[in-house]
Amino acid sequence: MKVLVPVKRVIDYNVKVRVKPDQTGVDLANVKMSMNPFDEIGTEEAVRLKEKGVATEVVVVSIGPAQAQETLRTALAMGADRGILIQTDADLEPLAVAKLLKAVIAEEQPGVVVMGKQAIDGDNNAVGQMLAALLDWPQATFASKIEIAGETATVTREVDGGLQTLSVALPAVITADLRLNEPRYASLPNIMKAKKKPIDVKSVGDYGVDVANRLTVLKVTEPPKRQGGVKVETVADLVSKLKNEAGVL
Amino acid sequence: MAVLVIADHDGAMVRETTGKTVTAALAISSDVDVLVMGKGVSGAAASAASIAGVRKVLTAESDSLAQGLAEAVTDLVVSLAGGYEAILTPATSTGKNFAPRIAAKLDVSQITDVIAVEGPKTFVRPIYAGNALEMVKSSDAKLVVTVRATAFKAAATGGSASVEAASVPGSAGRAAAFISEEVVKSDRPELAGAKIVVSGGRALGSAEEFQRVIEPLADKLGAAVGASRAAVDAGYAPNDYQVGQTGKVVAPDLYVAIGISGAIQHLAGMKDSKVIVAINKDADAPIFQVADYGLVADYKTAVPELMEELTKIGK
Repeated sequence: MKVLVPVKRVIDYNVKVRVKPDQTGVDLANVKMSMNPFDEIGTEEAVRLKEKGVATEVVVVSIGPAQAQETLRTALAMGADRGILIQTDADLEPLAVAKLLKAVIAEEQPGVVVMGKQAIDGDNNAVGQMLAALLDWPQATFASKIEIAGETATVTREVDGGLQTLSVALPAVITADLRLNEPRYASLPNIMKAKKKPIDVKSVGDYGVDVANRLTVLKVTEPPKRQGGVKVETVADLVSKLKNEAGVL
Repeated sequence: MAVLVIADHDGAMVRETTGKTVTAALAISSDVDVLVMGKGVSGAAASAASIAGVRKVLTAESDSLAQGLAEAVTDLVVSLAGGYEAILTPATSTGKNFAPRIAAKLDVSQITDVIAVEGPKTFVRPIYAGNALEMVKSSDAKLVVTVRATAFKAAATGGSASVEAASVPGSAGRAAAFISEEVVKSDRPELAGAKIVVSGGRALGSAEEFQRVIEPLADKLGAAVGASRAAVDAGYAPNDYQVGQTGKVVAPDLYVAIGISGAIQHLAGMKDSKVIVAINKDADAPIFQVADYGLVADYKTAVPELMEELTKIGK
């Protein structure tokens, strides 16, 4: 079975995000970019499926600028077999991304799609569910455990207040939550090996789907700055202030 | 045109998130209907009908809907969508699961985690874990919106909307099947919706110390327990306690950070809290830059004192 893993190049989760003064967006010039952390978890899960003999091939696909090849190389160094880059400098919305992925899936015919539940830039948490809808496939989002036996995946999901377990007939879309696994660090030999693995570079036009954005960004602003408050000297003072000044006790 | 709000409820009552989502809906249109899905939802439907400003409550009952399965919810909501210009749901894990599926079936964009309604098609939403706010205007004919309920006031009660049953379409395609649900039995409130959160960081030093120090304080305050990513990575606390960019985003009335330095990705998850208290022995820790009340002290002495002082005021 082939596993398809979409991965996104995003600002590194440790970088302080700065809004551009002209309010058109976030300043990404000269900041460290990395693979979306949830996509690392998706990649790790796919590689583990291959190591367990469940999957035969792990294909990673990224939609983004030329530098997204680096993101694909990271996934290849973790153990994915080959990459597809749909190169575009446009900032596509989740619906457009899902349509492109649907077109990739029509060519690749994977048995399952495993992907991060959300990207930490747009925070939409939408592509996986949209992809499942467009394909008319079942979905299992926010997975913390995946077991695949034959044509069925048993997926434990993180839901508010607990866990839900679903049985999902494949092919299906599964999105990864934090607890699914801890992604490995690629070893140096694997990083070297990844340089030789194939990456197929495509353009959005190759897929003939409508990727027009539906939302217009009117402005991007900084959230109201939080003012640091006061230092209190004693615990008694703290409790008194919380009770009488802040009114939260 | 009207707005449909998909209710979040426990069968007997709608949750607070529903009334807050109705507030967001009323900012779009004065015709707001509420959809209550599940099994045995008459209590929840009655409480939805009492939300002021609600025009009509629709109920839909089936096992798949009660299990919150995205495929069944999508079939139902798409069948109802013709009568609505916008479909809103609280951004709970259930809502986040089905809403994008509905949006894609309607061939529209989803507007995620809305914190303000600026016009019938214009919304503000956090991006980059709340480090930036994006104002977007939709060009879609129909809107699918998830609402960050903590950003809205609850709608008043006192309404008396009619309740009617919607017809539930048969399942059309391949769908996931429910096996089981394991709801964590905890007397503590759930982290994402708690009014008070007590979080511990790496300074705690061990899982035993985390449990010994953080959990009793949380229980004394009736609080949920959170943790920094550093504490989770070090194995002091389970991953679902994690507050931050890659964990849960919380906005309680009171957030108490103990032994947490305040890494960017942690601040992203809690800086919308109303009141932040930080206890840390490092006076230069970045957490103090966002804390309303900072106490430079070792948690080992400060937390026992805090427990005592809370007892004095009857906690």
